[in-house]
Amino acid sequence: MSILEVKGVNKRFGGLQALGDVNLSVQENSVHAIIGPNGAGKSTLLNCLVGKLIPDTGSVMFDGQSVLGRTPYEINQMGISRVFQTPEIFGDLTVMENMMIPCFAKRDGAFEMNAWGSVLGQKDIVAHAEHVLEDMNMADKRQMMASSMSRGDKRRLEIGMCLAQEPRLLLLDEPTAGMARADTNNTIDLLKEIKDKRDITIAIIEHDMHVVFSLAERITVLAQGTPLVEDVPENIKGNPKVREAYLGEAQV
Amino acid sequence: MDSSKSSIMNLGIAMGAVVLFFVAMSSIFGVQTTVAQTINGLDKGSAYALIALGLTLIFGTLGVVNFAHGALFMLGAFVTVALNKALKLGFVAEGAETKAVGGFTFGGPKETLYVEHWFGEAMGQSIADWSVPLSIIIAIPLMILVGVIMERGLIKHFYKRPHADQILVTFGLAIVLQEIVKANFGAMSIQAPEPAALVGAMDLGTFIGFEEGAIRYPYWRLIYFMFAAIVIAAVFAFLQFTTFGMVIRAGMADRETVGLLGIDVDKRFTLMFGLAAAIAGIAGVMYNPIVAPNYHMGMDFLVISFVVVVVGGMGSLPGAVLAGLLLGVLESFSSMREILEILPGINQVVIYLAAIIILLTRPRGLMGRKGVMED
Amino acid sequence: MLGLNKKDTSLLLLVAALVAFAPILLNPFPEGSALAQFNAGYPDLMQRFVIFGIFAIGFNILFGLTGYLSFGHAAFLGAGSYAGVWALKLLTINVIPAIIISTIVAGLFSILIGYISLRRSGIYFSILTLAFAQMAFALAASVLTPITGGETGLQTNLNDPRILDFGVREGGNIPAPSLFGLEMGSSFQLPVAGWLWTFNVGYYLSAVLMLIAFYIAIRIFRSPFGMMLKAVKSNQQRLNYTGLNTRPYMLACFVISGMYAGLAGGLMVAMDPLAGPERMQWTASGEVVLMSILGGVGTLIGPVLGAGFIKYFENIFSKINDNLLHQWFAFMPDGIENVLVAIIHPFIGKGWHLTLGLMFMAVIIFLPGGLVELGQRIGRLFKRRKSDDTSGQTTPAE
Repeated sequence: MSILEVKGVNKRFGGLQALGDVNLSVQENSVHAIIGPNGAGKSTLLNCLVGKLIPDTGSVMFDGQSVLGRTPYEINQMGISRVFQTPEIFGDLTVMENMMIPCFAKRDGAFEMNAWGSVLGQKDIVAHAEHVLEDMNMADKRQMMASSMSRGDKRRLEIGMCLAQEPRLLLLDEPTAGMARADTNNTIDLLKEIKDKRDITIAIIEHDMHVVFSLAERITVLAQGTPLVEDVPENIKGNPKVREAYLGEAQV
Repeated sequence: MDSSKSSIMNLGIAMGAVVLFFVAMSSIFGVQTTVAQTINGLDKGSAYALIALGLTLIFGTLGVVNFAHGALFMLGAFVTVALNKALKLGFVAEGAETKAVGGFTFGGPKETLYVEHWFGEAMGQSIADWSVPLSIIIAIPLMILVGVIMERGLIKHFYKRPHADQILVTFGLAIVLQEIVKANFGAMSIQAPEPAALVGAMDLGTFIGFEEGAIRYPYWRLIYFMFAAIVIAAVFAFLQFTTFGMVIRAGMADRETVGLLGIDVDKRFTLMFGLAAAIAGIAGVMYNPIVAPNYHMGMDFLVISFVVVVVGGMGSLPGAVLAGLLLGVLESFSSMREILEILPGINQVVIYLAAIIILLTRPRGLMGRKGVMED
Repeated sequence: MLGLNKKDTSLLLLVAALVAFAPILLNPFPEGSALAQFNAGYPDLMQRFVIFGIFAIGFNILFGLTGYLSFGHAAFLGAGSYAGVWALKLLTINVIPAIIISTIVAGLFSILIGYISLRRSGIYFSILTLAFAQMAFALAASVLTPITGGETGLQTNLNDPRILDFGVREGGNIPAPSLFGLEMGSSFQLPVAGWLWTFNVGYYLSAVLMLIAFYIAIRIFRSPFGMMLKAVKSNQQRLNYTGLNTRPYMLACFVISGMYAGLAGGLMVAMDPLAGPERMQWTASGEVVLMSILGGVGTLIGPVLGAGFIKYFENIFSKINDNLLHQWFAFMPDGIENVLVAIIHPFIGKGWHLTLGLMFMAVIIFLPGGLVELGQRIGRLFKRRKSDDTSGQTTPAE
């Protein structure tokens, strides 16, 4: 069953057609990769899914409900969590505090006026955050200031924060961009582990073919704002159309 | 969106709104009153525009929010006050007779001004008389110097710090500058008058066929407006047609890339700061005869100038000029008796009101670019 | 205690003790001694300490936690003041209703301004709040004269209705604000040896309210709400993509902060029933910014320290004059004495604001954490020296 259904999405920026008639269907509990050369419209598409951009035409349905016209926080509360290209975390807060915020969002919704009780008095939240930190192998860093961690750890924390919300769909925007090979492999292992442990759908936008072919169960190739082909990884590898789109990018 | 296209579109919208405003005003109050009020607002508007222009230059090139810019305007005004005072210094010539008028003696013995002593009486008196325009000659190098010292000594350490810190440290500097002026010149307003030849008003209306006395406009305010127009035109020409200006414009668009090209952006930006300070300074110099300067006038103008910058669109030079003039005119219209009868007190708040409406409906101001100060 | 952890409890108790014994602590010099003019233990000044402390604590809840720099916070102080005077005029000369009404009116006013201003962030937010405050100031001084008394200000009169006082009229004097008959201005003076300690009703009322305000601020800082506000400052985008709606958080914070300002305004008129438009001017907004930064923005105690520091030096510095300087430096040779006096002259007396501006700049440049950071640095210095000493002692023993 498909959890995310994108139909006929168009988006223009002035004279530039960023997305042209995009159709995409992501199956529940699968890992779906969206790949394409630079400027193919991958990020635009992602931004249309999370409420940062609104498509000119078309529909985006998540679990049978339209996400169009909703704000990012509303879409997140529907069950879509997003990981950014450069890790977006709360740099001035401790790792533990970072982890508690999504726990609050999960428990209390988009706004809850709790100005009287102490943070540490919220036993269930503390337990939940501790649990996710241990899952992420970060329990020893809980008192560290988030901004002082390595990039790989920041990425790990960000993914952990998204998981703490128990989302149904996890969107990753080039999660290994700018990472060293070792960090990239760690991230791949982490994502595999996540997939094995829970019922979660992962949609990943990626440039690095190594990452894509290690993880994805289905791949959509985007070129010049339009899906070129959608298939299982084995078929994508030899596809001449894909080669053509990537002409000059020899790794494929 | 294509940026040049969008800025043209913005300009179109802004112009359309302006035309609509004037058509509406003309149909309500008549063409004559509309023209009179517009011209009335232009001199104040051009002061706003000049300060806002400098603020925008600094913000656009250095990315610094300069809360001390009003203080630079004030410093310029006091350069004139100081010069005026110096030129009016005199001594009692030895053996000079006491002034006698109609058989009575007044005051002390007659003083001779130093300038009269040095340049002869006629020449000396006209130098003293023309102190306001003359002080521009002193103010420009002086204010450039002040600007450069300010940038090298203080501002450059704040490029990497948050905007809030920049606001705060320049706010502190503004307090310091105005207190220094207060310590030296006192808290009262001191005026340096316009040259005697330019006192009075002209009947502008008769030139364009209005009835006599419809638009009486003081010479000096006309001069101020023209002066501002020349300065603004000069700044734009400078940025448009010189290599220096080209680098500045490129730097405003994308500082890092220009730096990568091997051009020493920093040095030019420092000079830019000096230039912005000089613009604020001479705006203050020339404003002397219109409003007597006091030590806190800088802050009063700064608050409005920031509103002007924000209305014009942070980082847009034409936006700053346009918004300055528009808000000046708007202020002038709102001071009309007919309008005050319907909306009492509107003249006091119209600028802020306009700012609030524009910020909420066009968050980037009239002509602002995308992505400037949005985080 | 009181739902606080040990560290916060001791901080609160320390502040409570300092505030309670302030009339004694702030008068360290005996009456009539040469240094007596540096005493700060007189009611008028102490009241200002705690009232501006409240104002700064509230400002810090907004700026310190969320990083939103309001340059128009004095508008709420002024709104609270006007509301307070009206309560004293219309309802009763008892200050309790006046203080409550001040707080509520400032809260309502900040809902209106906050709802609009918070649509923008960064410098746009600063300019919007500044624009609103300047508007309020201009209107209060002109069109709103029937409500605000115009430029002369609003004050209580003998023939005010005071409907809750049931026609009680005291002689021919305008009644002074009081707490159930206990006048704010009344004091109990205690001469001990050479010292004179003044315990003032108004001061203690303000002090109690400041302690409550301080306690509430601690709870907010430690609450989930406070953590969300810190998260707004740290990364608003992440917060949005974590399913949290920042706008109600910000508005709630802005209103709380505005109510603190209103409370301060209400207390001001309770001490002296007069409110003028200059209380709303941007200079007044700037002052609370100075206080918070100077003390240490984002810390609990910083703003209180900053408020006390500025109000103390404003009072004391402006009292120092050249004669006094000559007295102090009299032991030096005349030439040096005169030079020293000439150098110091611009910074004292009327030049106090110059000193303040310079100090403020120095803090921003060198000490972004304000007085609190200074204290921490000195503390660390001592600690290091101590550990150096101990290591110095152990080495020879080995």
